[in-house]
Amino acid sequence: MSNPEYTRDEMMTIAASRLMWNGCVCFVGIGLPSAAANLARLTHAPGIVLIYESGTIGAKPSVLPLSIGDQDLAETAECLVSIPEIFTYWLQAGRVDVGFLGAAQIDRYGNLNTTVIGDYHAPKVRLPGAGGAPEIAAHAKETFIMLRQSPRSFVDKMDFITSAGYIGDRVARRKAGARGDGPQKVITDLGVLRPDPLTGELTLTGLFEGVCVDDVKAATGWPLAVTESLEHIAPPTEEELNALRQLHARTAEAHKRARQLPY
Amino acid sequence: MKHLSLKQAIAEFITDGQTLAMEGFTHLIPFAAAHEIIRQGRKDLTLIRMTPDIIYDQLIGMGCVSRMVFSWGGNPGVGSLHRLRDAVERQWPLPIELDERSHAAMAAAYQAGASGLPFAMLAGFVGSDLPSVNQNIRHIQCPFTGQRLAAVPALAPDVSIIHAHLADKAGNVLLRGITGVQKEVALAAREVIVTVEDVVDELNAPQNSVILPSWVISAVARVPGGAHPSYVHGVYDRDNAFYRDWDTISRDRDSFRAWIQEYVLDTVDHAGYLARLGAAS
Repeated sequence: MSNPEYTRDEMMTIAASRLMWNGCVCFVGIGLPSAAANLARLTHAPGIVLIYESGTIGAKPSVLPLSIGDQDLAETAECLVSIPEIFTYWLQAGRVDVGFLGAAQIDRYGNLNTTVIGDYHAPKVRLPGAGGAPEIAAHAKETFIMLRQSPRSFVDKMDFITSAGYIGDRVARRKAGARGDGPQKVITDLGVLRPDPLTGELTLTGLFEGVCVDDVKAATGWPLAVTESLEHIAPPTEEELNALRQLHARTAEAHKRARQLPY
Repeated sequence: MKHLSLKQAIAEFITDGQTLAMEGFTHLIPFAAAHEIIRQGRKDLTLIRMTPDIIYDQLIGMGCVSRMVFSWGGNPGVGSLHRLRDAVERQWPLPIELDERSHAAMAAAYQAGASGLPFAMLAGFVGSDLPSVNQNIRHIQCPFTGQRLAAVPALAPDVSIIHAHLADKAGNVLLRGITGVQKEVALAAREVIVTVEDVVDELNAPQNSVILPSWVISAVARVPGGAHPSYVHGVYDRDNAFYRDWDTISRDRDSFRAWIQEYVLDTVDHAGYLARLGAAS
């Protein structure tokens, strides 16, 4: 990496945050997506509406939540609804602009695996499972996905599709009955991939500073397509880095507290 | 409705082989009730819960469970549930049968159970492989538009257990904050046990709070701190450090068993559990 003053995880989070916009209604998962969406809220998109699946709509957490149902999310939410309601009136009805997901594995059509590595009935590794993702991936107007890029995570053939991207191509997604447009942006620690307008196949469209196309190809389990008009994504600004580091510092401070018993 | 001790409530209502749901989405997880089930040694349970969390990791590791209906089985913000993984990957201490759905499908199935319907439908599992490994996820066609929709059987537990802020003397129950699927899981069940932080003369609840009237509840047990290491909004915080420590405690079979022995089996009740944790920290 040419610039040692920031990490690839920081670049990834900042690049993802730039893709959000003010007023965007974002259904957000814990981890990297939550960090990126909150960074957007703290910088250029103060009016972003964050929805967590615990039923908190318009949450403005002061630190990054450790769990999806932290008290801070409930306290800062514009409204608080039940779980049956969040998945029906809000998600299934099409009120979410961006579904922001992570995954253990992704394939070239943006399908996601969070269920098992190996055979479902005799798995090598049992992953946590679907959670809200299959319906977020189907119903959000578009999906953004964040995961670190390696041949183990960007795989040629996945053992299990938990949540659909384009399945086999854009036609297959439409036929399966998905309402939303599917994975529009995949943000990794090397750059950004976007689906081919015709086939839906993920294509490298943006590179971070200090990363070359061959680095990304080597970290991808299939022969990666590269766009002709490759964007060189600007490194973090001082404002972005400061906001992200302060957020992480506040979070670490809040979460490092020792065990606390009731009363 | 009757006021019972937690020990009496579990002894009276929970039997081997039952279908049992214990809900609370991060918030208000009824840990004290699960510990009492472990103390009383119930077996062959079918457990239902959206997020199995540490609470079901403990029951699975102690061999209380033969089947589980769920949608996300991780330690939130930390990583794997090691006892669940050991049961699925290596059948220890027992094999476990999974009925695996998504959050939206679980919530809809509880609603169907609470509504007296045989199944729930949703625009769900689009392009997912889950229906190919779970016979309980099928598809129907809308009779009006022809739209293809997913269907899952209703969830109607023999017993549901939840934790709440308060009950009054008559047994009406108040919960607030993130209330998850608790109303649905209570109304879907044949019997409902509620553990509460306190019993008061008057609930003084704001209108539109989630209230479960006494006549839908089988038993109320006063268990202060009964959600630890989960939290009770406005009363005590989530013990995030415990969730992180659980990763180490539960990773190894022996250290897991030793922890359960010391903090659950060798304590008389939840007050004893909290006292022992307090002495250790």
